[in-house]
Amino acid sequence: MHKLERPEVAGDRSTRLEIRANHVRERANWMRRRLLKMIFVAGQGHPGGDLSAADIVASLYFDILRIDPKSPNAPDRDRFILSKGHCTGALYTALAGAGFFPEEELDTYLQPGSRLNGHPNRNYLPGVETNTGPLGHGFPVGVGAAVAGQIDGAGYRVFVLTGDGELQEGSMWEAAMFAGHRKLGNLTVIVDRNRLQQGARTEDTNSLEPLADKWRAFGWDLVEVDGHDPEALLAAFDAAADPRDKPRVLIANTFKGQGVSYMRDQAGWHHGVPDAEQYAQAIAELEAELRA
Amino acid sequence: MKDVVAPDMFDCRDAYVGALEALAAGDDRIVAVVNDSVGSSKLGKFRDRFPARLINVGIAEQNMVGVGAGLANGGKIPFVSGAACFLTARAMEQIKVDCAYSEANVKLCGISSGVAYGELGATHHSIEDVAWLRAIDKLTVIVPSDPWETAAAIRAAAAHQGPVFVRISRMPVPALARGEDAVFTIGKAELLRDGGDVAIIANGTLVHRALAAAEALAAEGIAARVVNMATVSPLDGDAILAAAATGAIVTAEEGLATGGLGGAVAEHCARHRPVPMRMLGFPGFLPTGSASWLMEHFGLTAEGIADAARELVAGKG
Repeated sequence: MHKLERPEVAGDRSTRLEIRANHVRERANWMRRRLLKMIFVAGQGHPGGDLSAADIVASLYFDILRIDPKSPNAPDRDRFILSKGHCTGALYTALAGAGFFPEEELDTYLQPGSRLNGHPNRNYLPGVETNTGPLGHGFPVGVGAAVAGQIDGAGYRVFVLTGDGELQEGSMWEAAMFAGHRKLGNLTVIVDRNRLQQGARTEDTNSLEPLADKWRAFGWDLVEVDGHDPEALLAAFDAAADPRDKPRVLIANTFKGQGVSYMRDQAGWHHGVPDAEQYAQAIAELEAELRA
Repeated sequence: MKDVVAPDMFDCRDAYVGALEALAAGDDRIVAVVNDSVGSSKLGKFRDRFPARLINVGIAEQNMVGVGAGLANGGKIPFVSGAACFLTARAMEQIKVDCAYSEANVKLCGISSGVAYGELGATHHSIEDVAWLRAIDKLTVIVPSDPWETAAAIRAAAAHQGPVFVRISRMPVPALARGEDAVFTIGKAELLRDGGDVAIIANGTLVHRALAAAEALAAEGIAARVVNMATVSPLDGDAILAAAATGAIVTAEEGLATGGLGGAVAEHCARHRPVPMRMLGFPGFLPTGSASWLMEHFGLTAEGIADAARELVAGKG
């Protein structure tokens, strides 16, 4: 088992973190451009949530996770589970970027017979741990994988990315309660807290706040981070590697559509598709950000 | 509900836990996952022998099945055990997505299935389960008939790579007479009695009743073929065609009369060899009554099966 390629980093801790974060930033920018192309070509997708999750997913796939695309089922691999299964734009670009399948295959997204289904399927694609799509599924499966690791004293860690609207599903709190009870120190949940669900703001629909209090009451260690700041994300994920007797949740404050000005914080882009002009503008904005 | 079992009758839960403990002793990947159902699943001894391998999620069936799929992801062979009514109905989407669609190596054990909970009513009956589960692709569905077959099905489920549902009854049944060389194979029906006038296809607690019906019919000169169709999915189509060759089929199951075993057999016959059928089972939500009263009341008895067979034979003209 080896980590994915990442830049050689020397220097003191803060310098190293900065270099690692820059690498993640570049990869997240690439993911954003690539997933927008996928969605533009396919004429379908969930760009809002893909873009809010991109920095989180990039931090994991291009720095934190101990995974090997040549051995995707290695028993000791870290597990990443996309509980918000509709955000395949973020997952597929990360998997392709990490070498689990050829990048060109991203252009088959949603095409008849493609391995790149609208929601991830582990029997189609290496690197997918469990099939998700209906909300409220990935988290309990992640808890089970963490329990297996706990029983075996295995070294792997389990990361679960949930939507914030997804926390309205009852199964999420069944899983949260049990993970707290089992003191699953090998489990980290990241809540993509973009405050928008499909049709409206979470707080106008079925409010989640006080969200931190809820997790703490369920026995979780909690960190709040800027979900678009790779430096903060990496630091939080690194700290999560420390031995501890609680599962950890990162409430990652994000914006739906982050990186594209007209999509940012707009519920309408949950599953909107850019037209040619909008697509060109989005790519231009992201390329400008890369040069900045 | 009484758990008093006559000396020559057996509660299949005992065979289930016996087989599971034996498997666990030889393979540390075997774990049990329960929803506060240690007692009703009879897993107390398993917990005492393998405390780290009994995972009790509490009263939370969706999480129980999801955790089971996650344990399989972590290399375990989880036996997820809960009352069949809650395991299937409450966690159906987890069974569909986390287990079947994901092809996770999870074994689902539906305990006290059918109408075992009698007087507790339709909330606690699990008579829809086979109809629901056999509609799910990639999921093996087994309804064993007696202690031997229950234990054999548990061992086969453990050896099988992929999701399996085993329906485990607590309604007392006799041990069926079988040859020393009897083997249980997933997807393979068992011919228990040959006969050319009518075929009775049954599973679970109805198999011994089907054999008793065939005995009664033989005294009247009617030769009934008796087939134990323990695996409902994948279905043994050849065994159904051989039964259809008699020209009349009675199906009998401790479940809904439509959609389950009878439905599966009828579909196969309609496609390949239409034949007059009688499908015995329950009509829907049931009135208050003990398990044995419900079985009697709805004709899920040797006499009820024999009556259906007689009607079909008379109708052959």
